Amino acid sequence: MTELTFRPAGLRADGALFADWWHTVDRWTIGAVALLFALGMVLALAASPPLAEKNDLWTYHYVLRHAVFAVLALGVVLGVSAVPAHLLRRGGAVAFLGFFAITLMLPAFGTDFGKGATRWYSLGFISLQPSEFLKPAFVLIAAWLMAGAAERNGPPGRLISGALAIAIATTLALQPDFGQAMLTLAVWAVMLFVSGAPLFLLIGLAGAVGLAGTAAYLNSSHFAGRINGYLAEEVDPNTQLAYAQSAIREGGLFGVGAAQGSVKWTLPDAHTDFIIAVAAEEFGLILTLLIIGIYLFIVVRALLRLLEERNMFIRLAGTGLAAAFALQAFINMSVAIRLLPAKGMTLPFISYGGSSMVAAALGVGALLALTRARPQDPGASLRDSI
Amino acid sequence: MTDIAATPQRRQASPKNRTGRATARPRDDWRLMLIVAVFMLCYGAVAVRMGAMAISEPEEPRLAGYGGAEPVRGEIVDRNGALIAANLPAWSLYAHPAELKDPLATAQELAGIFPDMSEAELVRLLTSRNDFVWVRRPITPRQKAAVQDLGRPGLFFGARDMRFYPAGQAAAHIVGGVRAQSEGVRHAELVGSGGIERYFDERLRDPARAGDALRLSIDLGAQQAMREVLSAEVSRLGAKGATGIIMNVRTGEIVTMVSLPDFDPNARPSAADGKGAANPRFNRAVQGVYELGSVFKVLTAAMALELGIVTPETMVETGSAVVIGRNAIRDMHRMPETLSVTDIVVRSSNTGTTRLALKIGAERMRGFLDRLGMFDPVPVEISEAARARPLKPPRWSEISTATISFGHGLSVSPLHLSAAFATLANGGQKVVPSLIRGGNQPGERIFSERTSREMMAILREVVSRGTGRRTNVEGYEVGGKTGTADKPRQDGRGYEKDKVIATFAAVFPTSAPAYVAVISLDEPVDRSGPRPIREASRTAVPATAEAIRRIAPLLGLRPKGGRVAAELKVAPVSVASN
Repeated sequence: MTELTFRPAGLRADGALFADWWHTVDRWTIGAVALLFALGMVLALAASPPLAEKNDLWTYHYVLRHAVFAVLALGVVLGVSAVPAHLLRRGGAVAFLGFFAITLMLPAFGTDFGKGATRWYSLGFISLQPSEFLKPAFVLIAAWLMAGAAERNGPPGRLISGALAIAIATTLALQPDFGQAMLTLAVWAVMLFVSGAPLFLLIGLAGAVGLAGTAAYLNSSHFAGRINGYLAEEVDPNTQLAYAQSAIREGGLFGVGAAQGSVKWTLPDAHTDFIIAVAAEEFGLILTLLIIGIYLFIVVRALLRLLEERNMFIRLAGTGLAAAFALQAFINMSVAIRLLPAKGMTLPFISYGGSSMVAAALGVGALLALTRARPQDPGASLRDSI
Repeated sequence: MTDIAATPQRRQASPKNRTGRATARPRDDWRLMLIVAVFMLCYGAVAVRMGAMAISEPEEPRLAGYGGAEPVRGEIVDRNGALIAANLPAWSLYAHPAELKDPLATAQELAGIFPDMSEAELVRLLTSRNDFVWVRRPITPRQKAAVQDLGRPGLFFGARDMRFYPAGQAAAHIVGGVRAQSEGVRHAELVGSGGIERYFDERLRDPARAGDALRLSIDLGAQQAMREVLSAEVSRLGAKGATGIIMNVRTGEIVTMVSLPDFDPNARPSAADGKGAANPRFNRAVQGVYELGSVFKVLTAAMALELGIVTPETMVETGSAVVIGRNAIRDMHRMPETLSVTDIVVRSSNTGTTRLALKIGAERMRGFLDRLGMFDPVPVEISEAARARPLKPPRWSEISTATISFGHGLSVSPLHLSAAFATLANGGQKVVPSLIRGGNQPGERIFSERTSREMMAILREVVSRGTGRRTNVEGYEVGGKTGTADKPRQDGRGYEKDKVIATFAAVFPTSAPAYVAVISLDEPVDRSGPRPIREASRTAVPATAEAIRRIAPLLGLRPKGGRVAAELKVAPVSVASN
């Protein structure tokens, strides 16, 4: 019955799936995402040849891989953006169970690539970081739970989603990957806030996180080392941070020019965690401000569109996905400018890395699907269908 | 049911919603707006901080913490202490383009000092918007003096160590190279990027061992001689490349290991200078895995002797082809109806060797080859070795056993072959090759002393009356075996008609084996006669003869015939260092 009543608003005409998608999806955001991919290609050209040289590979080995992943990821963005919301919700729940299981199995089958933290599966030609995929899936299932909680006789969704968030954060912190753990908790807190949770609950949670952070600082050398490096007055000039900082200084307003930079030769993570430093050095503040602007544009635009949304699940899931995307980019850039302590986090769609790019594509694709224009009251939908 | 489609219906049912648009927004909109505001603040902070950093003054790259104390990379010397890798104090030249009074004139003058830098390139560097540019690193003391004499402002010198390889091309593939990491104005840290430099990087960088040179098993004199011999043979025979190894049969110490074409480690080519074997950095001795052909018959015969299946005198049928399934294995030349095991090796009979192999059986043959290390990378101390894995058939069929018995179907490096021959020569104990002086202790016993003795006699006969006659260097009792293997085609379908890998694996002296020598030429052709000749007997064999003639004396072996050589029971190594 409901199907009959509301389907016409979603579908303009039979067989016009594409036209329907095109008219309801947020085309501005798609444009912004495409721009990020383009900038990512330019920066891959700048940042990855030195790495290829170090590893005795063809100069454009990583550029080519980046291009392949970028095309794949753009396809994922567009494909997922056409998925109906209720399918997203089910898919998210299934994906959550799957990726949580895979993340739990990391200690047994994962690899640390010599970096001191077991976060990856090595699949031969590509490595997979399951926690990247876990984030969007968690947002979808948590939104479902919270939305369910708002119903009469609904499940205690906030409690369950909170338990899941803590379980994920604990698993990630044990890898150790404190960056992703904090990100998961923060995203959950944002969703909880938007779902209308009482303020005292949120304040209490903030206190608990503070305590947990202190405990981690006292008990984990990996974590403590990073925080100490951040708190230190003088940056040890031998660290990645110092190189990134001097690269941003060298770049100035307009940069030193394409292919003229030097930081990419000294930074081992120039193509991933510190790609913004390469951007700053070669193309200057102009480009970094543009990148910051694009991220903010995507996030704010998505949140404002969600403001019009009355369906609780869509509103919460959309907010969570937007927050995860926004926080990841924010944390990545903040590390390079020493606003936050160092964390291994990629810049979505710009950093090199197949699994992070595809995972971000899934998240943004879902966000686009959730922010598609949708009739918000029966009257409007009736008018549209006539 | 919490299906999406159901939600509007529920909303419709609530009394508020009937009023239409008035309640379109839940009352908690302020929460979402607050989130928007927080993100705007966060991103604003990033933008402001980024801007503040971008317009602040850049500093010169420096390395604090090191102060003035410069860590020095350890030296590398040959077995007699001759320098292979050393450090030279040098300088790097950098500039502050903004402080240059006349960048164009400065560029012109610098181009005169550094003839290999174009003026255009220097102009580009000196007029760049950077506040700091490296002009050239490293520079020699004379160049530094010349730049100082220019008296131009804005040019500066930074101190740094330069890695220098006095032996030049002779030991290029062995030492590998270094590259600068974390360069600062006052110092650059050098890290190994190939060969010994990379394999022993941590040890060479360890400040506690900086005064303690890394002593290799290489003898630079012998290495140089091997390189000259191979270069001459490569140009005489128009070969694409060559490799020559001489190894101590007991300790596995590699005395010479040459791969041609080579390069000057002081100007090491990059990975971009060619793929695989086309790059001069490719070390054929270690990385080049080839089907080496008939030299493998020696191993097959040794296995048959060791298992007691035959004695050197046992007669084996060689007059007919061996048919395995749809394949028939034949000899290249007409053979008598039967040959003794000795003659099978001396006359290099495929059918005889195959018949031995079929008696040995696949299981036992694989066992021997595995224990000889033929299925794994050689654990020699250069970084490239670990990635050079032999190619063996994915499925070991009866035809594999047959073809591998005479050296086809299993691709190994010349270094693998050297180690196997050394194992056979030293009385049967496994040899692990080493580039470090002292080498390794002989390992597990694979062949008996008796098998070893019998095989040495057979190898001696190959040289005294068989295909190896041209290595019969007076007085050194050379024994060995030739191998002329057709190269597999690039497209993987069968073999090339007239491209071969010609190999000679030698042991000398056979009465008291001290060294093995393996020399392999890639696509050699002797065009001195009426028709082109590619067989190892006319290519790799004369090359080995020349190498032994020149190098044996350097290793302390005296050419006085079997009697004197027999007295040299102990490693002649000690003689060499006297």
